[in-house]
Amino acid sequence: MSYSQTMNKGGFQAGVKDYRLTYYTPDYTPRDTDILAAFRVTPQPGVPIEEAAAAVAAESSTGTWTTVWTDMLTELDRYKGRCYDIEQVAGEDNQFICYIAYPLDLFEEGSVTNLLTSLVGNVFGFKALKALRLEDIRIPIAYAKTFEGPPHGIIVERDKINKYGRPLLGCTIKPKLGLSAKNYGRAVYECLRGGLDFTKDDENINSQPFMRWRDRFLFVQDAISKSQAETGEIKGHYLNCTAPTVEQMFERAEFAKEIGSPIIMHDYLTAGFTANTSLSRWCRANGMLLHIHRAMHAVIDRQKNHGIHFRVLAKTLRLSGGDHIHTGTVVGKLEGERASTMGFVDLLREDHVERDLSRGIYFTQDWASLPGVMAVASGGIHVWHMPALVDIFGDDSVLQFGGGTLGHPWGNAPGATANRVALEACLKARNEGRNLMREGGDIIREACRWSPELAAACELWKEIKFEYEAVDKL
Amino acid sequence: MQTLPKKRHFETMSYLPPLTDLEITKQVQYMLDKGYIPAIEFNETSEPTVHYWTLWKLPLLGAKSTHEVIAEVDACRKAYPNCYVRMIGFDNIRQCQAASFIVYKP
Repeated sequence: MSYSQTMNKGGFQAGVKDYRLTYYTPDYTPRDTDILAAFRVTPQPGVPIEEAAAAVAAESSTGTWTTVWTDMLTELDRYKGRCYDIEQVAGEDNQFICYIAYPLDLFEEGSVTNLLTSLVGNVFGFKALKALRLEDIRIPIAYAKTFEGPPHGIIVERDKINKYGRPLLGCTIKPKLGLSAKNYGRAVYECLRGGLDFTKDDENINSQPFMRWRDRFLFVQDAISKSQAETGEIKGHYLNCTAPTVEQMFERAEFAKEIGSPIIMHDYLTAGFTANTSLSRWCRANGMLLHIHRAMHAVIDRQKNHGIHFRVLAKTLRLSGGDHIHTGTVVGKLEGERASTMGFVDLLREDHVERDLSRGIYFTQDWASLPGVMAVASGGIHVWHMPALVDIFGDDSVLQFGGGTLGHPWGNAPGATANRVALEACLKARNEGRNLMREGGDIIREACRWSPELAAACELWKEIKFEYEAVDKL
Repeated sequence: MQTLPKKRHFETMSYLPPLTDLEITKQVQYMLDKGYIPAIEFNETSEPTVHYWTLWKLPLLGAKSTHEVIAEVDACRKAYPNCYVRMIGFDNIRQCQAASFIVYKP
């Protein structure tokens, strides 16, 4: 008898049955339409890994802790999740990667909310497990095709904003909180006229007493129009539409469209996947670019043995929809190991990504032409990081400064020019065949000779370095 | 301390000193190495919302060397000295425009 067959023809026997009898099926070959998941499982002492892994498969699909007679009215083989492979994690006594296959029919079409409610629902509080982490998922083409994905994607965004062959440049306006709408708009104008493509609302700028959203939107739009007219380049500001209710979220989005903003912003984890997917659909219908911030992600993804790896949150964002998403910088003040970061950056941007455990990619993923998402490298970066950023992230990225523009000794506009000159000097050198990692310092210094704005920035920031060891390594 | 002067720009590479012909040649070589199809376009104005500038002849579909591309850039500049001229590149694998930079300002 094969383990993958479920015995349910012999009459109802009440009681608690080992999960592994039903849900551990090592001879099962996953089907092309199955949704696959790789969990890092740490069982409680004394719980065999086969039982723990089967419990994960059961609790994230059809299982309940005890048998129920209504089980016998269904065909379990059609619906149950199956643990089909277990690998011990090298160097860890009690951690295992458990591969689980879920039949497609378990999930509602086009619903990230439904997908995650199953995969990372109650199972994460399961007593037999000491810790559990969802490392990666494989979205079969059959399921990917039920999602609309990013409202526009990388290619359409570039055509809309007329920017080719280079990363985009952004800046988050600071201080985070407390500026009046008019003062805020001035900071935006100075950044954009200096050469940035986008400025950004900080994530916790929503609509507070010191600056209500409608006032901010109007002053910022004035800044965009003026800087665009003066520079002859297309400008934008991620107007944060994250709101207490979806009705208010849409009200803000509609207003942004009415006044002519090219892009809005949303926090997809704190607001939730349902709200995000709705907003993404609205953006597609209304020609609005959508920038996605990821507040709360580190709560979910930072621990190595428990939670959800960001590559899963990134893949679910690509399904739910967004044209940009923050990914970390590798070089700045925030966490993120290079190989792992580039793994999920590929999962965001490319159409086909092969399994590669050295980059944390557990499954080959084919997106079946779902549009790509621009990677946003944001946090603690400045002009001296530019060669490394261009080398690591390539063209399809947004390099998002904050203090690295606004902290320039001459102000925002010269700060923005310093960023832009550094970027273009690196691009030109790269295209001419020079090695940015090796010659980056020279390339920046050469540009300082003719750009006083860049020279002043380089003088200020030359000593700053961020070299902490990453907590979550592969 | 200095105030940044108000100045018009022209997207990618327009914050650098104007590219010399040798520098343009190197950028064209990069496009050819990437497999892009080079093309030249020109326009009387440089408004950012004008998506289409006028094509100079056809894109250089079979271009093998930078020499033939630069010769067309020259011919376009001579024929339309009062227009802006841009070098662009098409990627027929990703099926989109992939490059653009200004090569002449009137």
